[in-house]
Amino acid sequence: MSWEVERLDKAKELIEMYPQKRSALGPLLYLAQDKDGYISNDSIVEISSLIGITEVQVQSVASFYSMYKQEPTGQYLLSVCKSISCEISKSSDVINKVKEFTNLSNNETDDEGLFTYESVECIGACGGAPAIQVNYETVEGLTPEKAVDLCKWLKDVKPEIVVADELQQKFGGTKSFDWAVEDNTGSSSPVPSFQSYDTSKGSK
Amino acid sequence: MKETLLLTKHMRENPEESHLLKSYEKNGGYKGAKKVLKSGSPELVLEEIKSSNIRGRGGAGFPTGVKWGFLAEDEERYLVINADESEPGTFKDRILLERDPHQLIEGMIITCFAANISKAFIYIRGEYAKPARRVQNAVEQAYEKGYLGKNIFGSSMDLDIVVHLGAGAYICGEETALLNSLEGRRGEPRLKPPFFPAVKGLYNKPTLVNNVETISSVPWIMNNSGKDYASLGVEGSTGTRIFSLSGHINNPGNYEIEMGSSFGEFVESLGKGVRNNKSIKAYIPGGASAPWLRGDQLEVKMTIDDVANEGSMLGSGAVVMMDEDTNLLLAAKSLVSFFAHESCGQCTPCREGTTWLENILERIASGRGRLSDIDLLLDVCDNISPGLTWPPKMTTICPLGPSATASIVSLMKDFRSEVEILLPKKVVLR
Repeated sequence: MSWEVERLDKAKELIEMYPQKRSALGPLLYLAQDKDGYISNDSIVEISSLIGITEVQVQSVASFYSMYKQEPTGQYLLSVCKSISCEISKSSDVINKVKEFTNLSNNETDDEGLFTYESVECIGACGGAPAIQVNYETVEGLTPEKAVDLCKWLKDVKPEIVVADELQQKFGGTKSFDWAVEDNTGSSSPVPSFQSYDTSKGSK
Repeated sequence: MKETLLLTKHMRENPEESHLLKSYEKNGGYKGAKKVLKSGSPELVLEEIKSSNIRGRGGAGFPTGVKWGFLAEDEERYLVINADESEPGTFKDRILLERDPHQLIEGMIITCFAANISKAFIYIRGEYAKPARRVQNAVEQAYEKGYLGKNIFGSSMDLDIVVHLGAGAYICGEETALLNSLEGRRGEPRLKPPFFPAVKGLYNKPTLVNNVETISSVPWIMNNSGKDYASLGVEGSTGTRIFSLSGHINNPGNYEIEMGSSFGEFVESLGKGVRNNKSIKAYIPGGASAPWLRGDQLEVKMTIDDVANEGSMLGSGAVVMMDEDTNLLLAAKSLVSFFAHESCGQCTPCREGTTWLENILERIASGRGRLSDIDLLLDVCDNISPGLTWPPKMTTICPLGPSATASIVSLMKDFRSEVEILLPKKVVLR
């Protein structure tokens, strides 16, 4: 199934931003994943014709980057950091608790399509270790208990949009730095919320 | 010990609105760029940058003025801001992007004026969604005001900025991999030569690739002078630097200081000491790629050259403190796993080597280690980086693989007994 008109218009807009069409490949893959939760074969065909490279070339790029998912992802992508500052701040306890609550191992999605779990490398929240991202919205200064509370809340409330600042207030602790002013923008899919890609959503 | 606020002054004094154009302008923002475009010349800007002696803040520490001087002549040239901050322990660019994006944009305008560039990109790692939104908002505000686009500030200069998101690959922080990624390719580093970005960069055109913190320093340098900047810090490490402090510290965070104090002073005064009054066993002075220093080396000065003299590097300015209770084998394993996961796979020594290092550390951690594993680990390291020296020799296109050996070499050099105690007395054959 090819892309609907709205998404094609956005795609053309993104392609226009670059001196060469192929540079838009990354943004176009986000566009695909925002809608489908992963990079589908149909999207690979569509993107290949939009920017004039082969389907194999599209797939070869998509498979290189860890944020492009090859399989359908749940509504909430839980990415717990395990790199050095988090590791020495007991991120393994957070990881174990989140895995236990969701009953998932690494890179798995539950049957309801609610959660996908992954442990990831450094997300730049080292001053607030251990940290997690939900759909690439960061929460710092977690404890294993708060991490479970966060998952429970997502499961019960099922917010359409997850917002870093809201999650941080409810479940976070020590931050890497003063976030200063509250931000209401967040994400509704397992891609970074970013206005240029139309993946950014207001919360309230 | 006190902070010296150049880049973080505006955000510190205007926390609620430092990300907004009106606050940036109220506090003197864009004045430098306006002045430079009106009455300056590219040569004068380059002069100031050269006399500031600022060295790149991404990790390699290359003199910025020299880098700009290398940019080849061409009608089409590009500026690419490297905001792919992914070195474990580092979160200083995140604060600059999130809390003061206009400072970066003004720095880009001045840089592009100096280098006669009309198209620039900010490559931000995909996981930095919120910083990217702030930067994009700032770019849009600047366009509305006529600070970007055609004839900016009413001058004859045009500049377009595109904010581009990465997708979760540490290797794209390596400049040639970043350019491949920005071209819509796999983030695999290119061979140098011939692909020096200043000559054959983005789309094979001359390209400046600079770190966020480096370019964010440009407005201050132009508003004051290169000399003023060079008078801060110490020779070889001039100006201020934003250090990301993390680990077992009471007060982790980003601190902007003049280079030249010791790590110990830094930890005690700004970091408010080690958690639970513990002592430091080891620390990482400059990000995951840097060899560790020992807890009895806290008197080392935080300058590029002093840390290099100790056989490590100041790198990205990420300082990670590990207290006496830290299991250093697990710390090394975390670091090695990082590099194994992030290896792009082009070069065999890195792709295979990091994977084996991870596997061997895993088996030691799970109680299945062999006495021969220490030699085996060092042998694999030696195949990735012959001689195990620092700065490392390379059998690879880029320094990622060699960086993976840093923590293992540190562990075996200074903390070997911590590993030996985990190993059985003889080789067990299955």
